[in-house]
Amino acid sequence: MTAVFWIAGILAVAGALGVIVAKTPVHSVISLVVNILALAALYLALHAEFLALIQVIVYAGAIMILFLFVIALLTARKDPIERTEGKLEGQRELGLVTAVGGAVLMIAVAASAGLGRMPANEALPSGFGSAAAFGRELLTTHIFSFELTAFVLLAAVIGVVVLVGRRQL
Amino acid sequence: MIGDMVQAYLALSGILFVIGAAGLMLRRSPLVMLMCVEIMLNAANLAFVAFARHLGNMEGHIFTFLVITVAAAEVAIGLAIIVLLFRERDAADVDDVNTLRG
Repeated sequence: MTAVFWIAGILAVAGALGVIVAKTPVHSVISLVVNILALAALYLALHAEFLALIQVIVYAGAIMILFLFVIALLTARKDPIERTEGKLEGQRELGLVTAVGGAVLMIAVAASAGLGRMPANEALPSGFGSAAAFGRELLTTHIFSFELTAFVLLAAVIGVVVLVGRRQL
Repeated sequence: MIGDMVQAYLALSGILFVIGAAGLMLRRSPLVMLMCVEIMLNAANLAFVAFARHLGNMEGHIFTFLVITVAAAEVAIGLAIIVLLFRERDAADVDDVNTLRG
């Protein structure tokens, strides 16, 4: 578990850094896929098998393909932006200072949390993280949230059609 | 055995969140900024899953599932807005987008 944590953790951080330093959006998407797959490996190490699968299929599959389509549609054969200075003065310096400060704060808070070791695998309820247990939890206790996500997705579909659909009425 | 500690996962989640936030502050391409939002959502998901494992309770998994669903919807809407931006003014820099109605 420790080896998985270190390898996948370093890959996740490297992927996230790759997203923000890449010059072209396509490279950012590839780095983001690395980040998402590393997180799926961490979910597996945390006994969330079903979520790891969802992460790979929905994120690395559907969402990243959507990004790639839009990038191919919009920025093909265009100069990469951000060669020029931005309009905001000191954006880079202040952003870096805020980021480093935030990172120090986050690590300090996480390290000072007295949570200790995770319980052993045997202490987990049987079937923890499996699709069956997940479905039982989602469709009984959290059925209302489940119904609401249907509305969220419906709103997204209608919103996209309204925003970019053809207007020939 | 640092991989067994919840704190290790929380620290990793915090680092990922800060990287996403830094990207959001430093980059000016709307596509990359949307990806940075995805990194931040993923970092929050990692904390949820780590706590679910720690407490032996699957509600964190449910929350992560809902966050993934909302992220998918958000990406669809966000990319539609970006397509509109490019169609409208060929702007690849969010600093150039300073009017609400154009």
